[in-house]
Amino acid sequence: MDQFLFFFTISLIMGVLGRVYLMRVDYRQYPSYPRGVIMHLTFGIISAALGSIAIPALLAKDYAAVTFLTLAAEQFRSVRTMERENLSLIEDFELVPRGRSYIEEIAKIFEGRNYIVMLTSLTTSLMLYAFSNTYAAVMVGIIILVLLKYSMKGQRIEEIAKVRIGKVWFDGSLLCVDDVVIMNVGLKETKERILKTGIGVVLEPVDQNANITLANIGQRQAIIHDVVTQVGIKKDLDEPDFTPLARRNVNNGNVAFIFYPSIQSEEALLRAVRYAPVLESARRKPTESGAAYGKGGRR
Amino acid sequence: MNIEISHFIMAIVTCERDKVQSGFAPVFYTENEEESEKTAFLIAKITQGMAHNLENGVYIIVRH
Repeated sequence: MDQFLFFFTISLIMGVLGRVYLMRVDYRQYPSYPRGVIMHLTFGIISAALGSIAIPALLAKDYAAVTFLTLAAEQFRSVRTMERENLSLIEDFELVPRGRSYIEEIAKIFEGRNYIVMLTSLTTSLMLYAFSNTYAAVMVGIIILVLLKYSMKGQRIEEIAKVRIGKVWFDGSLLCVDDVVIMNVGLKETKERILKTGIGVVLEPVDQNANITLANIGQRQAIIHDVVTQVGIKKDLDEPDFTPLARRNVNNGNVAFIFYPSIQSEEALLRAVRYAPVLESARRKPTESGAAYGKGGRR
Repeated sequence: MNIEISHFIMAIVTCERDKVQSGFAPVFYTENEEESEKTAFLIAKITQGMAHNLENGVYIIVRH
């Protein structure tokens, strides 16, 4: 029995350390520190425990205990629901909302991290049993953790589009960035302020896949939110005129953005756009389609 | 739940009386283009809407 307790303890520690490693509190300040972080660490401990218990339970011929793993699915789903609800509730009070697609993406990532923690614990305890060597088991655990972390890594905008500065100008009362009409602006003062503080950014998709991915409205909103978080915004509640917007050139798929950053640096703005995440839910691959491109596709 | 009026014309401001007769949104007649612009700005601020210029002397204030 002591041996099983040893298996359990080592894998639990591996899982919890894994969760700490996966915790990233960066410019997004999400999960929020300190309460959000504590919550996720606790969830991580539960996930690690669920992963660690499976092998010792099987060895002890306690098959009923393995059904605990079904709890895991429920547990992870609740992490996702919690994140979704939390972010949706504060959404109305964000100056620049995240958009539902981005919220769903974040919730999905948090759920995924718990799976990683559980798999790390499970692998560690399995290796402990197979090799009876703690160091080897811990090493395999670390490798699994790092591999899974990198397999979860999503794309950045710079991988699917060329990002450059676009010219901000007015055609009468129509605000344009390069050849794309963004919106109608009525007041002279607003126009002057837009010309002074607005910076246009144009995304040129590198291929057909990127073209349709960038057309996704959730993807555009996610870029806007991410950029505003980093370079700031010159706008208040009663100034809808200065809402950053994205409009698409339907002929070539270019997406033009207008931003009003607090940090008036084109370089900083371009970097922020380049590093914005490509949403998993927005990604499309029409080039894999049999109908459009004559590829294998689905029969 | 947050209930708000959006995607809605809150007001119409014009100095060209024959361009706007009536409508579901209140119409504000002004003396000249300059006054139109100022009135449009004030209404936009008050209603948290945005002023749009129809380029024929008519401004509409829209809640987006």
